This record gives sequence, C-alpha cells and structure tokens, in this order.
Amino acid sequence: MRTADVLRFASFSLVGARTRTLLMIVAMAIGVAAVVVLTSLGEGARRYVVGQFSSLGTHLLIVFPGRSETTGNPGMLLGETPRDLTLDDALTLTRSRAIRRIAPLTVGSALVTTHKRNRETPVLGSTADMLEIRQMSMGQGQFLPRGDPRQASPVCVLGAKVRKELFGSQPAVGEWLRIGDRRFRVIGVLASQGQSMGFDTDELVIVPVASAQMLFNTSSLFRILIEARGRESIARAKQDALDILAQRHDGEKDVTVVTQDAILATFDRILRALTLAVAGIAAISLAVAGILIMNVMLIAVSQRTQEIGLLKAIGAAPAQIRALFFAEAAVLSFTGALAGLLLGLLGSFVIGRIYPVLPVIPPWWAVAAAFCTALVTGILFSVAPARRASRLDPVESLARH
Amino acid sequence: MIRLEGIQRIFQVGDQAVHALRDIDLSIGAGEYLSIMGPSGSGKSTLLNMIGLLDRPNAGIYRLDGSDVTGLSDQEQARVRRDKIGFVFQFFHLIPRLSAAANIELPLLLAGVPADQRKTRVDQLIVDFGLTGRETHRPDQLSGGQRQRVAIARATVMKPSVILADEPTGNLDRATGQEVMSILEGLAAGGVTLLLVTHDPEIGNRASRKLRLVDGRIVADERASS
Repeated sequence: MRTADVLRFASFSLVGARTRTLLMIVAMAIGVAAVVVLTSLGEGARRYVVGQFSSLGTHLLIVFPGRSETTGNPGMLLGETPRDLTLDDALTLTRSRAIRRIAPLTVGSALVTTHKRNRETPVLGSTADMLEIRQMSMGQGQFLPRGDPRQASPVCVLGAKVRKELFGSQPAVGEWLRIGDRRFRVIGVLASQGQSMGFDTDELVIVPVASAQMLFNTSSLFRILIEARGRESIARAKQDALDILAQRHDGEKDVTVVTQDAILATFDRILRALTLAVAGIAAISLAVAGILIMNVMLIAVSQRTQEIGLLKAIGAAPAQIRALFFAEAAVLSFTGALAGLLLGLLGSFVIGRIYPVLPVIPPWWAVAAAFCTALVTGILFSVAPARRASRLDPVESLARH
Repeated sequence: MIRLEGIQRIFQVGDQAVHALRDIDLSIGAGEYLSIMGPSGSGKSTLLNMIGLLDRPNAGIYRLDGSDVTGLSDQEQARVRRDKIGFVFQFFHLIPRLSAAANIELPLLLAGVPADQRKTRVDQLIVDFGLTGRETHRPDQLSGGQRQRVAIARATVMKPSVILADEPTGNLDRATGQEVMSILEGLAAGGVTLLLVTHDPEIGNRASRKLRLVDGRIVADERASS
C-alpha cells in the first residue's frame, strides 16, 4: 500500500468522524499551546531579569568584605572577624589597568528633614563615578562633585520620589536639608527610573562617601563597585582586585568579588529551571492528550470492527491495518500539534501585547519539544489500539451487525 | 484448484466442543459454479470462510492452486485473499464514508496499485455493473441492489479466480436478488469459480453443482447433468 494512500484513507476516516476528531484536536492543541505559552512566559521572565542586570551597568564587579565560603575557616574559631573594606582600599583598586573606575558604597538609613517634613530614607554614600557605573541619569542639577573622595562635602542628590515627598512642587536644587544631625545642600535630583535590581534609586539620598561615613560613624564600606575596562578584562579585574586587597590586608584573602556574570548566571539557572518545571507541568497535559487519543482510537477500533473485518477479507495484512490506524493517530496528533502551536504563538503574542515589558518569545526548544512530544505521545498511545485492530478475527467482526 | 482434505473445525463454546466441520474432503475445479446449502448451523459459512482463508482448520490440509495454504502466516494468507479471492457478503459491508468508486477501489489500494491504473480499472467496472452516475454516491445514497453491485465490483476488481458469496441475495427483494444472481452467474460464465452459500433452494438449485451440509458433514454432492 502506498504511503500517500494510507494517509488519504486515514484522513478520510478522521473526516468521517468529525466531532470526535475535532475534540481530539482541541485536546492536543490545548496541551501544546500550554507548553508554548508557559515556556514563553518563563523565558520572558528570564530575559527580563537578564535585561535588568544589564541595565545595572556593563562589565560590573562587586566587592564585599568576608569570604563567601564558610567551610573550615579557622578565623571563625579564633574569633577573628574579616577585615573591613576601607575607602583607601577602594581607591587603591584604580591602580589595576583592567579597572576603569570604581565607586565605593556606604549605606545606612537616616532621618531626612526639611523645614516642613521629615522622612526615614536609605542614604547611600558614594563618589562621582557611581553615576556612570550604575548608568543613572540626572533629572535636574548635577551629581556628586569630582575631587578628593576623602573630603566630606555637605552636598546631596535626591531620588525622584524622595524629592517629591520632601519638597512637593517646590524646587529642590539649591535648598538645604538635614540628614541625621548634619546639614546638606541639594545639588541634583535623579531622573526617575524605577527599580533596578535591589536599589530603588527613586527612594535614595546620595551623599559623598566620606560624608556618609561620618553620618553613620564608620570607616568601613558596604561594597565597592568596579567597572572593568571591557568584557574581556572582567576576569583580569577580578584577579587584580583580589590581589590588591589581599596585599593591603596582610596577605589575607578576606574579600569576595562577584562578577555581574556570576550573578546573572545564577538567576539564569534559577529561571531556566523554573521554566523547565512549568514546561514539565504543561507536558503532563500532553500526556493526558495522548491517553485521550488512545481512548478515542480504542473506541474507533470497536466502532469499526466491521470495517476492519472487511479490510482483512479483501486482503489487508495485519501490518497494513496497523499502519492505517497508526496513520490516523499520526494525522490526528500532527494536526492537533500544529493547531496548538498556532494557538500558543497567538497566546504569547497577546500576552506580549498586554505586558509589553516582558519579552514573551516562545523559546525554539520548547516549541520543538512540545510539537515532538505531542506527535510522539499521540503515536505511542495509538500502538495499543492499532494492535488490537490488527488482531481482530475477521469472521467474528464481519458476523456482528 | 481447490482441494480440501480431512478439514476439521472445532469451536469451543463454554466447556463444550462444537464440530462446525467434520472431515471435509472436497475438490472444486476451476470455473465451477457451486452452491452450498444446508440448515442454519450446518457449517456452510464456516466452510466458505475456510476456503476464503478467513478461518483456519484445526486439522486437515487446504490446497489452493496446488499449493498448501493451511500453514501460511497471516500476512501471506492476506496476500492470497487479496490476489485470488473475492468476497460478497449478505450485508454488503461497504465502508459508509467512502463513495461507491472508492469502495470498489479499496483492494487495489491495499495492493499498492498506482492511481492511474486504479482509475481505469474502477471506471471499467462502474460501466460493467451499470453504476454509471452513482460513482460519487455514498452507500447510504444507494439502493440495496446497487450496494450489492458495488460490493461485487469490489470483489472482482483484483480479477480473482474465486468468488465467495455468502447469502448475496439474503438482504434483497426477489427482483433485485435475481439481478444480482445474474451478475454473479455472468462472472461464473466468464471462467471464475463461484461458490455460493444460501438457504434459498430456488437460488441454490441454479448452480451446476450442489453441496448439502448437515452438522458439519457433506451429505450430498450433486452435479447437474447438463
């Protein structure tokens, strides 16, 4: 029997049982569409996070005090705490040729007061380079002045939201306010840019790092942000930072340097796993659709015993009967999978339109996997019905009416 | 061309063994027109199914065109059925969703005959069996006689040497029955071996050789003197 004829015969029997065929295609299509839509949501979330990280700054490294590994550190037993990072540590880092610029960070929370209002606000101490490293932009005025970072000048930059809450519609630049027990002059306001991984810059007050250290009465830094000269010098910058700091800390390697890539990779892994899990759940619906196909094909076999008996009488070999039912299941799953694919792509498109921030694009592997799973389950679950059909006794199946 | 030697067929019904065929020895020459009659349950249909390779004997040997077909595999038997045997049933057994032409075409489809050859063959049969203008009709749009003509056309499309007809007129009125009979007899006159199972003596007596079965045994085997 010719393949084209097998397919034509199978398609005819599918068209013959219109309702049944339609229901099966819908079941299959929903399964496939679910996989496509859910994975594109997961993938969209992943891309969103990756995008957010990239907006954090390019070629970024973060230094923080203490070693990240906790195993077998004798210092813990001896009651030795890791050495603090100091502003001098940070400034020495610029000696490395792999490092373009650095921004030391000190954070704390303080009461910010104008003559009318006050507000508890996170206060960030840093230097002029922070603006570029974090890729922030100014709304009004200017950012922290360049000059000696050790000098505690009484100026501050406000986040957009803080400005609005403290000054309302009044102009803020040039005004004086009080942070903790010190007076600062507002020299600039950040452009509103919403949340950027961790810090909501809209809610920050930024002061020179030395001022912040005075405010919070500390000489240590919370973090040092490093911008490497290029993508290829990230590893170099990390090594240099570790070496320089170890040298300054009497050979003790007591800091941790994380690259943006490492953080990104972690998030990437988590979200990928999440996507896979969601896809797995959706794949269950495909398996269910497969079982449905099996049931329907079994019903088809028992409804068509006469036809099968007849085919045998006119010379269809068992293998041919199997092939016919197989082809029927294959055509059914293929059509269902195709319909599901279109439905899924349409769904992703619609979601993408509703949430424009999410880059909802179905990953090609999920599309391929959903399609193949649908085909494979459909065909796999038709093995049993096809076998049953091929084993029917022709005499008995022709005798029944 | 058909030789049955010591054919036995036993059905197990519950814990009782029912002998449908006992020690059947039968030899049928090419081109013979033979009717098989007998009461219900006498084994007529079982014998026909045996000859049509739809059923296997519990004992005995069946030779078709000189070769032993008893021990062939399912697949080989299907091939023999396809190429040498045509079935005509009481209830036509047409596939309801297919047109008359497509029903006639089925055996050719299973044999893998190319589409253009299939078409010529089917078109010829549609003319021969007076089905012109009905080829695109589905079985439920055809009369009983037309359905049986489609079924006979399907049985002959592979040009088999044997036609097995199980009560071909059983579901038709008298006039249509006659019409169908004359088509079958026309085939027999053309050299096809025709085996006819019936319990209508008037039909059965038209055959040149009459077999009578009772309780799975051949009790009479008459040849018309003509």
